[in-house]
Amino acid sequence: MSWRGYAHKFGDDINTDYIISGKHKFKTLDMNELAKHVMEDIDPNFYQKIKPGDFIVAGKNFGCGSSREQAPRALLAAGIRGVLALSFARIFFRNAINCGLLVLECNTSPIQNGDEMEIDLLVGKIYDHTQGVQIEARPLPQVMIDILQEGGLVNYFKKYGSFRGV
Amino acid sequence: MGKTMSEKIFERKVNHAVQPGDLVIAPIDCAMGQDGTTPLAIKSFLDMNAQSVFDHHKIFFVIDHNAPSPMESVSRLHDEMRSFAQKFGISLFDVGQGVCHELMVAKGLVVPGDLVVGADSHTCTYGALGAFATGIGSTELAVAMISGKLWFKVPETIRINLHGTLQEGVFAKDVILFIASQLKADGANYKAIEFHGPVIDRLEMDERFTISNMAVEMGAKAGLMVPDDKTFSWVKKRSKRDFESVFPDPNARYCEVVDLDCSFLTPQVALPHRVDTVKSVEELDEIPIQEAFIGTCTNGRIRDLEVATRILSGRKVHPHVRLIVAPASREIFLHALQMGWVEEIVQAGGVFVTPGCGPCVGTHQGIPGDGWNVISTANRNFKGRMGNASAFIYLASPATVAASAIEGKITDPRKYLR
Ligand code: SF4
Repeated sequence: MSWRGYAHKFGDDINTDYIISGKHKFKTLDMNELAKHVMEDIDPNFYQKIKPGDFIVAGKNFGCGSSREQAPRALLAAGIRGVLALSFARIFFRNAINCGLLVLECNTSPIQNGDEMEIDLLVGKIYDHTQGVQIEARPLPQVMIDILQEGGLVNYFKKYGSFRGV
Repeated sequence: MGKTMSEKIFERKVNHAVQPGDLVIAPIDCAMGQDGTTPLAIKSFLDMNAQSVFDHHKIFFVIDHNAPSPMESVSRLHDEMRSFAQKFGISLFDVGQGVCHELMVAKGLVVPGDLVVGADSHTCTYGALGAFATGIGSTELAVAMISGKLWFKVPETIRINLHGTLQEGVFAKDVILFIASQLKADGANYKAIEFHGPVIDRLEMDERFTISNMAVEMGAKAGLMVPDDKTFSWVKKRSKRDFESVFPDPNARYCEVVDLDCSFLTPQVALPHRVDTVKSVEELDEIPIQEAFIGTCTNGRIRDLEVATRILSGRKVHPHVRLIVAPASREIFLHALQMGWVEEIVQAGGVFVTPGCGPCVGTHQGIPGDGWNVISTANRNFKGRMGNASAFIYLASPATVAASAIEGKITDPRKYLR
């Protein structure tokens, strides 16, 4: 499975309040509504800049803070296909996989804002076509790959009724 | 090789030896959801076509984040939680009963040796009881409610030894802010922390919860403490459940050991917008404040209100400051009423809001104005956290917040405690 999209670059320690602020997330379960507010405290126009299939590229500790699953879900609803970061906060990382948002740990420093990216989940490779570089992603445990392949934990659990192969 | 507390808890749950890094499917002792995360968990539950919960005695819902409801849409979400809880016989703590993490420990729902998940990042608070407690998302809460199990990666453990004696005016909050400044916001990512040492031994449970509560601010999966007599008397007063405590082996293998001498520690303040940018209150230039907040799952407990009252009693909150107080639970509120603390704080000019999260997460009740400086006893000061991205949030102990409320600027509380 591989995906192509453009990179939106952010810095270190992007927390879940930035991704979707508490003042919005408690109001509604309508992810299309929440999607309009993603990252708005850092970049008020971010939502308008997203083309479906794009990637967020970030530094270390992406998604630190709360356990709100609205964070990865709102990113998906906004059209973001995945996040590449040097490291992730663990609850966000799990939530992202459970929602079907691609998350890969890798060295993101060669990637520039606007670069055209290609992600191959199964071989764990990331291609930055603009820079002409290939980046290794840290391998995901099989259970996470399986959940992502089903499009998230809801579908996975509906299909298997438990966790397989752990 | 010996084992850490986390490793031993997982071993006991899965009945075989584990190593850090192993993936296990483990049965949980209980699961908690609050009103910011449970509605989505219910949605996932229904999307999975689930018909029943694994054990309704082991699931707890709390309406605390946005309580009482400030708008129709939230009222509807709350009602969804209520009907779901009623349908499946799940205990629900409704508006005004308190913050989820205080209720889980104060109602005796968590005991030493437990494996607990909560759809809230500060679930790590219960680590102070010697339980492995960690935050999860909504869909995982749904799976936990259906199956009673989740997959976990057994974490490595950082051991933090806290040596020395705390000075007068220095509290558990100052200790954990100092630790955050040393480890940094991702310093314990994917890992568990074990807190040890004479400083922990001397702290009461109220204050131990403050420390475990903020383990996640360094990215930790859990923040455990070794149970002792204080733990046992806390639990026995509150829980009828049998339990078997878990202790770390003397030769346990830690990925990192951090030794900190706390004798020289002064009151600490985390500066906007990062929990790990921390300075001693003495090093700060004059910082005027417009709002002061005492409460939350970090510092809304009895000892916190007690010390705040000691400082505020007979004095007046600065005319430019809104002091908001949210007791962490109804019981704490009642205790503060009986002790006369509420009257003293209100006489001083403080405002009490419903026991619960209060203004912590920016949904209602005390959203700061543009450019305001807020000093708060909460655990997070991210930009926009309290509902206004143009405000600046400083974190400190209840004593520092109370002293600052009086002077209208960030103030060393020690002169009020001598
Ligand atoms: S008091 Fe604040 S940090 Fe604690 S559970 Fe409530 S919103 Fe979260």
